[in-house]
Amino acid sequence: MALEKITRISGRAVHVPGNDIDTDRIIPARYLKCITFDGLGEFLFYDVRKNADGSDKPHPLNDPRHRGATILLTGANFGCGSSREHAPQALQKHGIKAVIAEGFAEIFFGNSIALGMPCLTADRADISRIAAAVEADPDAEVTIDLVTQRVSFAGQTARASLRESARDALLNGRWDPIGELLEGAADARKVASRLRYTGA
Amino acid sequence: MPKTLFEKVWEAHAVRKLANGQTQILVGTHLIHEVTSPQAFGMMRDLGLGVAMPSRTFATVDHIVPTDQVSEPYADPLADAMIRELRRNCSEFGITFFDRSTGKQGIVHIIGPEQGITQPGTTIACGDSHTSTHGAFGAIAFGIGTTQIRDVLATQTMALSKLKVRRIEVNGVLRPGVYAKDVILHIICTLGVNGGTGYAYEYAGEVFDRFSMEERMTVCNMSIEGGARAGYVNPDETTFAYLKGRPHSPRGAEWDAAVARWRAAASDPGCAYDDVVRIDAADIAPTVTWGINPGQGIPITGTVPDPARAQGSDERASIEEALAYMKLKPGAPIKGTRIDVAFLGSCTNGRLSDFQEVARFIKGRRVAPGVKAIAVPGSQGVGLLCAELGIDKVFRDAGFEWRNAGCSMCLAMNPDKLVGDQLCASSSNRNFKGRQGSPTGRTILMSPVMVAAAAVTGSVADAREVFGVRTN
Repeated sequence: MALEKITRISGRAVHVPGNDIDTDRIIPARYLKCITFDGLGEFLFYDVRKNADGSDKPHPLNDPRHRGATILLTGANFGCGSSREHAPQALQKHGIKAVIAEGFAEIFFGNSIALGMPCLTADRADISRIAAAVEADPDAEVTIDLVTQRVSFAGQTARASLRESARDALLNGRWDPIGELLEGAADARKVASRLRYTGA
Repeated sequence: MPKTLFEKVWEAHAVRKLANGQTQILVGTHLIHEVTSPQAFGMMRDLGLGVAMPSRTFATVDHIVPTDQVSEPYADPLADAMIRELRRNCSEFGITFFDRSTGKQGIVHIIGPEQGITQPGTTIACGDSHTSTHGAFGAIAFGIGTTQIRDVLATQTMALSKLKVRRIEVNGVLRPGVYAKDVILHIICTLGVNGGTGYAYEYAGEVFDRFSMEERMTVCNMSIEGGARAGYVNPDETTFAYLKGRPHSPRGAEWDAAVARWRAAASDPGCAYDDVVRIDAADIAPTVTWGINPGQGIPITGTVPDPARAQGSDERASIEEALAYMKLKPGAPIKGTRIDVAFLGSCTNGRLSDFQEVARFIKGRRVAPGVKAIAVPGSQGVGLLCAELGIDKVFRDAGFEWRNAGCSMCLAMNPDKLVGDQLCASSSNRNFKGRQGSPTGRTILMSPVMVAAAAVTGSVADAREVFGVRTN
């Protein structure tokens, strides 16, 4: 299965500030009542973006200046809470291609990488610099280079890194591990037969 | 060299190294439910894949089931479609499904242990972050996303990076009126909601040695709320006694061999940890949350934090955001905060001992006027035991609605939801904004007995005072 080698992502960015933004906020549980991931994009951040009557609340993602942004900037512990892949799926289906945050919750991070959506960690000061540049010029192009682990924007650069195993997977087009896991099927059967699980 | 349980289980289940440096790990036991699995089966069909080891996957339906309606079709057509889809997937791929008709249905993290499927020294994955619950048995158990569910179905393995291990020792004796729920809320408040990122937590010490399996499950359940993807307790006699005679537990000569194997899985004396944290049991109070994440908690005797006294702008902003949402006043005692709903249940606190303990105190009392109180057993099995012991009647007599098994108002994917900005005293695990089904609904997390105290007084209360527990 040939996957895209993800080396560089360019686009406009949007800043959704805040720490500990949980997966219930990214996609409220009532929108998990589905048997496919199609259409989740419209429910992204629903309860913080929409009033009860469906009209818009003030939110960076509702701001016309940031419409079409593909890079999300945010705070610490992004994606904490539930393991629902609906959260990164909703981001991706909304058009987000990469997230730069001060930190990520473990399960969210793994889910995102498996979808080919890089999650990069940067210092708060650097995220603030990128956010300020985007605020000053929402059309500013932000480029993430996964090879150098640097972000360039408005004539500036900042460091943004990610775990080596994830970086390797993205750069080499093996972020969806299914092909490699299937290759290990015979080895997996050996391990399974060696381990004595009972009652299974 | 002495090893931790985590290392032993990791090494035993490692299949091979992957090109990116991660490890292909055998998932010994896979649990699925209706919310996060249908898309995985869809991906399998798209790729033309089959289920590699169907006898190692077990299914149940828990998130979307109505707790006040058993007959199908469900009033909610989306929920109905989800249960039908799970039934179809299990039947097509030969997976055991603990459907409602089996009498074994319930919250996935309650029925795994109940059926004896959860065993020491194993790896367990499920598309649900509270899979850490199963760590109570000395299993390495963790939540996974839907793409990984596909991986496990198709290969019985997944790609994983090794976790570090932090030992959290709680020594001494818990004060009267302090429960397992308070222990884990205290740990999360101490180490932070992301303090466990990259770690598996090994819970140990005198308090855990004395804890029942159900108490251990309550603590392991909320590991993820502290950022730790997995949390476990080393298996011991308490573990083996719990497992003996369960439907999927080994029997006869196999039992003795299994116990020897399980015993050997425990962390070796003198093994090295990446970090060790020690907590004095006497420092733990009945704990309640005041904010919008489980790390925002205080002792019941405490006051709501004042943003003016915050250390740094970050903390100030997060307190302000939480108080604005919770409609609480800085500096006010949390005790006395009026509640609208009391919810008793969930994979954190929906087990027999939770209802038994509450029943001791609410017998002969009444839910306060204006409070909606619901009790939701975590499984059909728990419901049945409660009925046999007359516990359901105690709850009904006290004015609780006694429901059928499911996740219910923990995440409100079924009809059990808060309305408007109702405030709920809840034995569940998350107080995130909108968690209990209303975008403005408010949650205060606490132990089951504290939920009962709130239910009968109509406000957040100190259960030790309400129920006359001696605290000296």
